[in-house]
Amino acid sequence: MDKPIRVLIAKAGLDGHDRGAKVIAQSLRDAGMEVIYTGLRQTPEKIAEAAIQEDVQVVGISSLSGAHMHLFPPVVELLREKGASDILVIGGGVIPESDIPYLKEAGITEIFTSGTSTKDIISFIREHVN
Amino acid sequence: MYDKKKLEDIKQAKGEWEDKFVNKTLKRFPERKEEFETDSGIPVNRVYTPEDLEDFDYQKDLGFPGEYPYTRGVQPTMYRGRFWTMRQYAGFGSSEETNKRFKYLLDQGQTGLSVAFDLPTQIGYDSDHSLARGEVGKVGVAIDSLKDMEMLFDGIPLDKVSTSMTINSPAAVILAMYIAVAEQQGIAPDKLSGTIQNDILKEYVARGTYIFPPEPSMRLITDIFGYCAKNVPNWNTISISGYHIREAGATAAQEIAFTLANGIAYVQAAVDAGLDVDEFAPRLSFFFNAHLNFFEEVSKFRVARRIWAKLMKERFNAKSDKSLKLRFHTQTAGVTLTAQQPDVNIMRVAFQALSAVLGGTQSLHTNSKDEALALPSEQAVLIALRTQQVIAHEIGVTETVDPLAGSYYVEKLTNDLETMVWQYIDNIDKLGGSPKSIEKGFMQKEIQESAYQYLQQIESEEKIVVGVNKYRMKEEMPADLLKVDPAVMERQCKKLEQLRKERDPKQVAETLQKLRDVAQSNDNLMPYIIESVKAYATLGEICGILREVFGEYQQQVVI
Repeated sequence: MDKPIRVLIAKAGLDGHDRGAKVIAQSLRDAGMEVIYTGLRQTPEKIAEAAIQEDVQVVGISSLSGAHMHLFPPVVELLREKGASDILVIGGGVIPESDIPYLKEAGITEIFTSGTSTKDIISFIREHVN
Repeated sequence: MYDKKKLEDIKQAKGEWEDKFVNKTLKRFPERKEEFETDSGIPVNRVYTPEDLEDFDYQKDLGFPGEYPYTRGVQPTMYRGRFWTMRQYAGFGSSEETNKRFKYLLDQGQTGLSVAFDLPTQIGYDSDHSLARGEVGKVGVAIDSLKDMEMLFDGIPLDKVSTSMTINSPAAVILAMYIAVAEQQGIAPDKLSGTIQNDILKEYVARGTYIFPPEPSMRLITDIFGYCAKNVPNWNTISISGYHIREAGATAAQEIAFTLANGIAYVQAAVDAGLDVDEFAPRLSFFFNAHLNFFEEVSKFRVARRIWAKLMKERFNAKSDKSLKLRFHTQTAGVTLTAQQPDVNIMRVAFQALSAVLGGTQSLHTNSKDEALALPSEQAVLIALRTQQVIAHEIGVTETVDPLAGSYYVEKLTNDLETMVWQYIDNIDKLGGSPKSIEKGFMQKEIQESAYQYLQQIESEEKIVVGVNKYRMKEEMPADLLKVDPAVMERQCKKLEQLRKERDPKQVAETLQKLRDVAQSNDNLMPYIIESVKAYATLGEICGILREVFGEYQQQVVI
């Protein structure tokens, strides 16, 4: 059997809205993945460090406070600097459509906004990790 | 309520009706589902009859409006006298921009202010702190010092409006600034009315803007109770909030149970600190969510009043009527807003707002249709406010008090919710009270399970969300979304630099030193926070001192 996919779900910045992050974490776990949830108030540095330390293949970052433009891209940069550019980085939260092209350019492979089905997220991860 | 004979007749008639009509209909047209239930999992029957209210006692269970146990409302005339306060939560960018939005809302007929602060302010960091990057002015207004607060209320006479402020860990600091601004306007503290949220327990459980560990946090709260009872008597010193607990995933029953359990903890802490219950309890206020399950929501507000009155009377021996009355603010459920077909949110908000009004709310915030996408635009906020005005003036629901009372269904739901809530309160008592149950992750786990179940119901299409899992359309995203000016952080940092040059450094150092000394003692902190604020010490500096003395809370990660 294949080894389960390892995922880090991270709450970036000062935002305390963690309902989305937690239900995604639980859904991915139910889909057979190994999920580590960071808890609140993570800096990009802490997220990148945890990703490497936990040896994950995927990082899912969540922010609903509007700070995504400042918080998401540095995670990708830091992973690259640490030689971990193979880790898939995805994001979620209240993110206006107009911000998505910039985030994708910065290396966040996909942005999942409100109303996304967890099935779509699960299959996206499976497709992009294997 | 009914005599035995009458009930027997009804029971028999119901049996005949089932035989004669229901079974026949069911054979040809089965019902949509095998079982129906509310969001809290209370089974919903086909019809309700006097049978469901067999032990119902009008005077004991309901009483009259303004009378114990206040099921029907906290005032005798409710909206026949005065409507609820229409209070839209607002704040973004700098204090200049938010001041403009406040004046716009007041011009449109809003009757109270409600301030949203940005996350650095809520977590006690100045705008130039490294952790504030990207967050300055985003979910609310950035307040670093008294200077920002002066601008925020510029031209708004503080004795003429009531102001609600969503601030928790640094509530004492923000209240101190408000008192100081009022003083500059020549207004004495006893003329001020408004609310600070000041509810730390739900921050640990659901909202996340904690700073200090529970013990010193509770002390800050009881210091505020004590100070305001003597100096700011019309101020609501806490808004014990179920709103965020619900947003995090709780059911209606859990929302009320956990909120009232937190309420018990605050009252107990204040009593333990030596305060007289009737001195502070009349200034406790509550904050609930208005969600989608209409009748359960109406019942929820009614039952919250009934249980709180019993708790205050029986558990805390409160003597004053004012101590028994649960007064509350309501906000419609942000979590039910969809990013898809956002105009449909207007309807969701209207129904939720109506449930709050039928439940007897004292003030109301209606969400804007675009809030699943961004901060609300001026146009969207206007529709939300107009929704309240339509409910107040046009549809006749405000002409009589508690119009759904006596509905077999609503009274049964009210009773069922009461049973569920008492069970939770019992369990929490057994765990050692609310702070202990939070430490053990009990509330968090309950909420998480409900949130996950809700998600699964949507994904399995057991729950339909119009525009999300049914009736989808191809659509363009609206173009007129509000964007916070990214330069706001730079401007705040410049203002801070300027402030640090202009203020008297000796006075700042002295007041902060005093604050540190008092923090290490048991004296009331409020007077010293007010002195520091008036010396233009920043919010970050004041919270920094308290961080050093009190330490910081470490989150329990529960999943």
